[in-house]
Amino acid sequence: MYDNNKIIPGLIVFVGLITFPIWYGFGSAGHLPIPEKSTKSKECVESVEYMRTSHMVLLNTWRDGIVRMGETRHGETADGTPYVRSLQKGCMNCHTSKKKFCDECHTYASVKPYCWDCHLQPKETN
Amino acid sequence: MRILKSLGIVLVLMLVAYLGAAVPGGPALFGVVFPWLAFLIFVGGFISKVVGWAKSPVPFRIPTTCGQANSLPWIKQNKLDCPSTTMGVIGRMLLEIFAFRSLFRNTRAEIHDGPKLVYGSSKYLWLFGLMFHYSFLVIVVRHMRLFTDPVPFFVQALEFGDGFLQVGAPVLYQSDLIFLGAVTFLFARRVVLPAIRYISLPADYFPLFLIFAIGATGVLMRYFLRVDVVSIKQLTHGLATFQPVLSGNISGIFFVHIFLVSILMAYFPFSKLMHLGGVFLSPTRNLANNSRMVRHINPWNDPSIKPHSYASYEDDFREFMVEAGLPVDKELPPKPAAEDAPAES
Ligand code: HEC
Ligand code: HEC
Ligand code: HEC
Repeated sequence: MYDNNKIIPGLIVFVGLITFPIWYGFGSAGHLPIPEKSTKSKECVESVEYMRTSHMVLLNTWRDGIVRMGETRHGETADGTPYVRSLQKGCMNCHTSKKKFCDECHTYASVKPYCWDCHLQPKETN
Repeated sequence: MRILKSLGIVLVLMLVAYLGAAVPGGPALFGVVFPWLAFLIFVGGFISKVVGWAKSPVPFRIPTTCGQANSLPWIKQNKLDCPSTTMGVIGRMLLEIFAFRSLFRNTRAEIHDGPKLVYGSSKYLWLFGLMFHYSFLVIVVRHMRLFTDPVPFFVQALEFGDGFLQVGAPVLYQSDLIFLGAVTFLFARRVVLPAIRYISLPADYFPLFLIFAIGATGVLMRYFLRVDVVSIKQLTHGLATFQPVLSGNISGIFFVHIFLVSILMAYFPFSKLMHLGGVFLSPTRNLANNSRMVRHINPWNDPSIKPHSYASYEDDFREFMVEAGLPVDKELPPKPAAEDAPAES
């Protein structure tokens, strides 16, 4: 091999970079997010499956509907529990803790919704 | 035909992953075994390719001289396009790797009535190439959120910057748009320009389709079909920490996505995509144009062969040269005066 003094360090750097996730998290399994169960009701506004994948789309349609089209703020779950179609007064009414619910997943998946720039978070009890 | 063949292969691969992940054992195969295997092939193949290149001697200085070489003191040297020092080479390589300078110099030739040949600058390939590569880099780095826990700050910063426009929910990443747009351009370029189409092979179309399909499935997953990111991170983070968990409800499109990525990784070292490593080892870029200052010895020279100067060459063959009427530096020594005595011997 020619130019060992440049090529071998180059390869080491390359392998170091692409294996970053392996040595960065070596030996730690990470923690699984366990969002706190809501005690206010038995079910969410949509199926859990849908909520897990698409709650941000739901929030977005609520927002557009209410703020721009003057839609109703009233909603009912499948079993007839009434709720307010609102981030602060709806979601956070049943899911009373942002930290123990929303953030549990969001920190894990590294998402930082900017909603809380304006919307108030519920007071965390502890 | 070359286009359809490449497209067909990618579509079949997608179908294989979609159906394969639906049978029992499929998720483990497509979600764990193939990605690991592909990563090993990628790393191993990459290293062996580079080592193979490193074993090939480069006996001559062959930098492309794109500007005035180092010459007399009053002639201005183009230090970046015809470097004669290591610093110059480093500058040239940095510009090549980070700014694709040689694509920037791309020209286009056109024949106008006359006939008149006209050269113009053509920056589209450079522009879209740059957009493509940088958005690809951003996307790869952003994906590290799925392989690390806690997610490092630079990944979070990049996510924030990329979603800066705050369009929709989940927020739109600009890099996604730029990426798909640039791949589309790079493909259209091969199809629309007759000269480029003529030289395009399946090896050119296949990676484009593959990369487009990876981007498209990713965009579908994020903005349209939507998937359970938390369950997926359990799997992908497990891939990096060697304890993958297949839990929850991971939809088929994810396996299509990750299978295409596995194919890309496994295909990478054996394809033109190896220019990732090749750009660093390209002797037309990484050598200084200093042949007139430094003696470069051909590494495969046989040391037992001694230099043979012209003077000694002439000594060896002077008689024959004179006989053939070739000019010589040194005349033959005058023969003994027996010239007109043929009876000698
Ligand atoms: C009427 C009360 C109620 C409201 C309003 C409500 N939720 Fe829920 N939510 C629940 C309950 C109860 C569950 C758990 C359902 C289950 O496990 O079967 C749940 C589950 C979820 C889950 C899945 C959590 C998991 O463990 O996988 C998400 C995500 C979620 N909700 C988000 C929201 C968002 C976002 C809003 C506002 C748009 C909202 N919820 C509004 C009661 C509510
Ligand atoms: C610039 C400040 C701002 C930001 C950022 C913001 N909102 Fe709002 N949002 C408002 C205002 C103001 C209203 C109107 C409140 C009303 O009429 O009750 C509103 C209303 C809403 C509503 C309907 C009414 C209600 O009480 O909730 C929803 C749903 C909503 N926002 C969701 C979101 C989500 C989700 C995000 C993050 C992706 C977000 N908002 C970010 C300012 C903001
Ligand atoms: C089951 C885990 C989970 C829970 C619980 C959860 N989220 Fe999310 N949320 C996610 C994931 C994962 C994403 C990112 C999806 C992606 O990246 O495609 C997300 C994204 C969002 C987004 C879009 C953010 C962006 O910048 O793209 C909003 C808004 C949001 N969540 C609001 C909420 C609110 C409000 C709650 C609490 C009521 C909540 N979520 C609870 C998992 C969760």
